[in-house]
Amino acid sequence: MNFHRNFLLVQLGVKTLLLHKLRSMLTMLGVVFGVGSVIAMLAVGTGASQEAQDQIRRLGSQNIIIHSVQPQEDQSSERVRMSVYGLTYDDDLRIRETIPSVNRTVPAKLIPHDARVRGRNMELRIVGTTPAWFDLVERELLAGRRLQESDMERNTNVCVLTERSARRLLATEEPIGESIRVGRNYYQVVGIIRSETGGAAGGVQTPDQEVDAYIPMTTARERFGDIVVRRRDGSMERSLVELHQLVVEVDAIENVQATAAAIENMLQRFHTREDYRVSVPLALLRQAEATQRTFNIVLGSIAGISLLVGGIGIMNIMLASVTERTREIGIRRAIGARRSQIVGQFLIETIVLSSIGGLIGISFGITVPQVIEYFAGMPTIVPMYAIVLSLGISVAVGVIFGLYPAIRAAKLDPIVALRYD
Amino acid sequence: MTDSVQTKPTKNSPVSANAIVRLENVRKIYQMGSEQVHALAGMSVGFEPGSFWAIMGPSGSGKSTMLNLLGCLDRPTSGTYVLAGEDVSQMEDDALSQIRLTYLGFVFQSFNLIAQLTVRENIELPLFYLGWEPRESARRAAELAERVDLGDRLAHRPAELSGGQQQRVAIARALANDPQVILADEPTGNLDSATGEHIMELLRDLNKQGKTIIIVTHEPEVAAWADHRLHMRDGLVDHID
Repeated sequence: MNFHRNFLLVQLGVKTLLLHKLRSMLTMLGVVFGVGSVIAMLAVGTGASQEAQDQIRRLGSQNIIIHSVQPQEDQSSERVRMSVYGLTYDDDLRIRETIPSVNRTVPAKLIPHDARVRGRNMELRIVGTTPAWFDLVERELLAGRRLQESDMERNTNVCVLTERSARRLLATEEPIGESIRVGRNYYQVVGIIRSETGGAAGGVQTPDQEVDAYIPMTTARERFGDIVVRRRDGSMERSLVELHQLVVEVDAIENVQATAAAIENMLQRFHTREDYRVSVPLALLRQAEATQRTFNIVLGSIAGISLLVGGIGIMNIMLASVTERTREIGIRRAIGARRSQIVGQFLIETIVLSSIGGLIGISFGITVPQVIEYFAGMPTIVPMYAIVLSLGISVAVGVIFGLYPAIRAAKLDPIVALRYD
Repeated sequence: MTDSVQTKPTKNSPVSANAIVRLENVRKIYQMGSEQVHALAGMSVGFEPGSFWAIMGPSGSGKSTMLNLLGCLDRPTSGTYVLAGEDVSQMEDDALSQIRLTYLGFVFQSFNLIAQLTVRENIELPLFYLGWEPRESARRAAELAERVDLGDRLAHRPAELSGGQQQRVAIARALANDPQVILADEPTGNLDSATGEHIMELLRDLNKQGKTIIIVTHEPEVAAWADHRLHMRDGLVDHID
């Protein structure tokens, strides 16, 4: 068959479908809803998991984050005793010096403390750390400068504030150069950096928080020591923690898993209790990706079922249509139409039906997530592959479910078909 | 014009080699349960090009089977059917479709137009399967409609036409592929006598223009239009007049 005859067959199919507009529309509905709901669900699912994956990625996929964790028994016991737990300066040194795949480490002391500036006060999280912090935890510098080696060497009383802390404490003044008071000491603000809004990402605490104030590690050790005193419910809680957090940078992404295992091993050897937690953003990322794959498989099955139902609907109508048009088939055959041309005629009708249904479903599936995003504030992403796939599947549904009615039409004996009423 | 016809069904009957339709000892046997029905019991007959035939006979005489065979809608159980020089007796389904498309035009008792299509589209139907360009098809359809005096009805649907008009559309459609043989099955059966006469005149004219016309009918008045009448009985030629 040549091209223009195929084109005429398509034209004929469309014309026949237009003769029964309502019926054609109702027949299409199955595919419309099938394709539409699949794309919409995929868009919401992809949007959600993309957000999670982005957050995890922001933790740095080449990083390993170790937190000090107060063991359970310390939390429930009487408060007079001092709780000693967590990472030590030696842990930091051992990890840095003995594991070859470790590029560098960024230790941090985390001290919750009140800060004051001319009457305004705010509970800050003082983070004593090294300048490398700003390399590993990449956040945009909004004003001034970051901490420097010279600050470390001279134990200077300088701090870098997060955007939010700066706004709370120094809203009206030019923040750079101002001093904030923490305890008995004043710290000069040298820089402002952007802060991460989400606290946790995929189950991992981000290294930074919105209420952070970064000071040199050496200064923190000198001013605050290693004992943190927290007043709670009228009682005092004291704990001795050398390092609250350690961010380890691995030299290459493929070494991350092995390095994490090595760190776990080493910490197990030197800690009698499980007073630390090793988080690997990369592992979480892989996990999130795997979760999405599962999610997609489930969605795919639902899609398969709904498209199956849509296809059966099409087949049902086409079988009725073949019966209804028996005489037309007889006439065409008598005139000289081959069986294959009858098959083509009916097949094209179902393919046109299911593809138009698919196209409507796709526009449906693109619109619905935007409505969801607008009203529910959920991020959605319509994946390109979902659109291409849906269209392909729609056409396939037309072929698969149109084939049987079409073959039945072509198999009709023209003599019998011509006499059919 | 002479027509050589074998009245007696004998094997190896000398049917004119010139005939456009030539049946030699054709049998059609249907299996009805455990019984075998010989609808055609060894038919031999030949129709010359440009002749006008009426096939008559009581019901059950094998008229319809004969028509289906002549129209290449069915194959004989045995025997030979040569249409326009081609032996179509045992052709495959696709090849038979091609034969119908090339050599045959059909006119039916109940018109058999496609209700959803317009007059023009109905007439174009054979051209569609012949693979004609749409513009060419439209031109030819208009020409043919003019020829059956329906030039102003091209955009109408069959339901909007009278019975006589519908049959004229059917004749125009049967002519579209310029066939050598036109087969008509009770073409006036659903029409009043005045309209029927008009249709017969039209067929007569086509015969004058050189088409071979074969009508199946049980009405003597219709058969009277033909040059030859073939009377059938029990699947055989009874007599010819």
